[in-house]
Amino acid sequence: MSARIKVANPNRCIGCYSCMLACSRVNAKTASLIDSAIDIRTSGGIESGLEIIVCRSCIDPPCARACPTGALTPRNGGGVILDKDLCDSCMTCASACLPRAIHFDKAGMPVICTHCGVCARFCSHDVLELRKTEVL
Amino acid sequence: MWSNVLYIDLDTGEHKVKDRADLFDKYLGGTGVATQLLLEECPPGTDPFSPKAPIIFSIGPLNTIFPCVSKTVSMFKSPMTGELGESHAGGRLSMAMRFAGYDSIVIKGRAEKPCYLSIHDDEVQIKDATSIWNVSSVEVIGKILREVEPGKGRRSIMRIGGAGVKMVRYANVNVDTYRHFGRLGLGAVFGSKNLKAIVISGTEDVEIPEIAPYSKMYNKLYDAVVDTEVMDKYHDLGTAANINVLNQLKGLPTRNLKQSGFENAENISGEYFADNLLLRKIACSNCPIGCIHIAMLKTTFQKGHEFEVNHISYDYELIYSLGTNLGINLAEDVLRLIDRCERYGLDIMSTGGVLAWATESYERDLITPTDTLGIALRFGDTNNYLKMIDKIVEMPNKFYQTLAKGTVAAAAEYGGEDFAVNLGGLEIAGYHTGPASIVGQMVGVRHSHLDNGGYSIDQKAASQQLTGEQMVDKLIYEDYWRMINNSLVACLFARGVYGEQTIIDALASVGIKKTRDELETLGREIFLAKYEFKKQQGFDVDKIKVPGRFYETISQLGMIKEETIREMLELYKKKTGI
Ligand code: SF4
Ligand code: SF4
Ligand code: SF4
Ligand code: SF4
Repeated sequence: MSARIKVANPNRCIGCYSCMLACSRVNAKTASLIDSAIDIRTSGGIESGLEIIVCRSCIDPPCARACPTGALTPRNGGGVILDKDLCDSCMTCASACLPRAIHFDKAGMPVICTHCGVCARFCSHDVLELRKTEVL
Repeated sequence: MWSNVLYIDLDTGEHKVKDRADLFDKYLGGTGVATQLLLEECPPGTDPFSPKAPIIFSIGPLNTIFPCVSKTVSMFKSPMTGELGESHAGGRLSMAMRFAGYDSIVIKGRAEKPCYLSIHDDEVQIKDATSIWNVSSVEVIGKILREVEPGKGRRSIMRIGGAGVKMVRYANVNVDTYRHFGRLGLGAVFGSKNLKAIVISGTEDVEIPEIAPYSKMYNKLYDAVVDTEVMDKYHDLGTAANINVLNQLKGLPTRNLKQSGFENAENISGEYFADNLLLRKIACSNCPIGCIHIAMLKTTFQKGHEFEVNHISYDYELIYSLGTNLGINLAEDVLRLIDRCERYGLDIMSTGGVLAWATESYERDLITPTDTLGIALRFGDTNNYLKMIDKIVEMPNKFYQTLAKGTVAAAAEYGGEDFAVNLGGLEIAGYHTGPASIVGQMVGVRHSHLDNGGYSIDQKAASQQLTGEQMVDKLIYEDYWRMINNSLVACLFARGVYGEQTIIDALASVGIKKTRDELETLGREIFLAKYEFKKQQGFDVDKIKVPGRFYETISQLGMIKEETIREMLELYKKKTGI
């Protein structure tokens, strides 16, 4: 079995960023927003609600198809895996992803969601859930 | 590490960054560091509105990297009290400062023309704000700046409304729409500098010395915040839960503290708001509590189902000062009043206090319809209060000019000092719980109920039969330790989680080693440094007059005697050495 992150209850988000800080803490070993694979942002001020941007774990990921160097490959169960050694920071993948789920860290490397679920562990409002997916 | 101070001079348009490890190593950050910067930057006798008066913002070493350490402290010379001005705000400001790489910001000078500051990582610019200077609504200012400034999604925007521009002395600074540097008049100081707003964002990250102990500590704190009962009150009804509680205990200031309970409290209680008006809750950055309660107020403005919808944040203090203290019977009316003050950027606790004093003065004919320009003042009359709030900002005559200076100034001019409900020049928080609340706000370094939580000491005294001396000891303990919480700049709502040992452990997990004794000594040192500043600026605790009203209205602990206050004050002075 594999797993993927699901935005289960977007309207429950309180904008605390606990999920993002958890992602960077666990995956990048920093306290940071830009090292996070998940992105919570206000859409025109806190009064206008929150956008929750995560990798939608495409089964046929356009980001991987767009990558000219083969740095991104489809992950079993959806989403992609990054091989940093092959990536040349061209950002082509980002434009191929409609949900805008690919961000870049300070070094220009794409921050790719591994669907580890740590963000969901630190969401006190059940906005995010880790769901099991079929492995092909 | 974590010790950058950004200095901005609005006179010359220049800025520089200095590493002030000397201050941060010793005083942690937040309140500790801001006090030292204030002592450095604000010599005795500085006029709060002179270009020389500084505005200081500070965060601490744990901001953003631990749950609920989400506040920023601002320090300035208060135009309300003429001495130490200190205010704390949440929202996304501390996070934005942290990721922009600034632990403190010091602003001096006065811009020649209206301006705003645009701070994005290393890019610091003073920009022209002429076209938005007279836009009165803080909400609109936010909307305009969001369109033209970078950092979308996670920046923080501080701004003043019409009240700050007109330098109403209790004008506040709005932070990210629903949070504020409320008390003591920072908004007026912004106005005096021709400074309309500050936008700040950053893309830095915080490198953690050792990830394992830090993560472990983070998990522990997160679980404590989310899963234990300590924080339930804030998750659920929020601070508004206090309305019913204090009403039953006879500690809820009502109608200018003529009463300590409100017969219609039920209708404007936290329960009523939550059941009928609450729309959603939101959070300061990295705070899973999310205590910010947003109500939806739907008003018809024409026939044919034409509705205007407003989203308004509420809290206990607001419901007290614009609700019970003005005798307002409907929650929807309280929201209308809150909304009006919010748009202008007025401190709501002070505005409510001023209006309550004015109403009683009107009842007693100390002020006349000529003064009020025909507005009749009656407790419970929402529409007239709305008009008054407009006039306080417009200041069309001497009476309103005086009201814009606060209750103390107004009483000095028109009389009624005995019911000008203030302590140390500042309209009080919503607690008439007993002597610890009064003494606490008199001696507290920012005349705030949050300095030492006197109200909760009164509440303990009710169940544990504390003596005056025991209450004083508890006040002092809180006064010192809250200096530490405030130097981290942790949210005081989470103080049940951030106790002594937790603070020591959290600091240690990111490489800052402090013992309990060191922290307690530091708390005392910071407290005394603030008193040094206060005294330099002419503060004298013996000169604070407690208006007679405090002794005439029954409190949670019964009638309060003047001599009790005097005795506790003497003890406090002796024990702290202030
Ligand atoms: S990054 Fe975007 S395109 Fe790629 S798998 Fe995730 S959602 Fe699909
Ligand atoms: S940035 Fe890296 S992963 Fe993305 S398309 Fe370019 S090479 Fe591929
Ligand atoms: S942790 Fe949950 S509530 Fe907080 S920002 Fe993330 S998704 Fe929203
Ligand atoms: S408890 Fe409330 S005020 Fe305090 S940090 Fe959390 S959301 Fe902000």
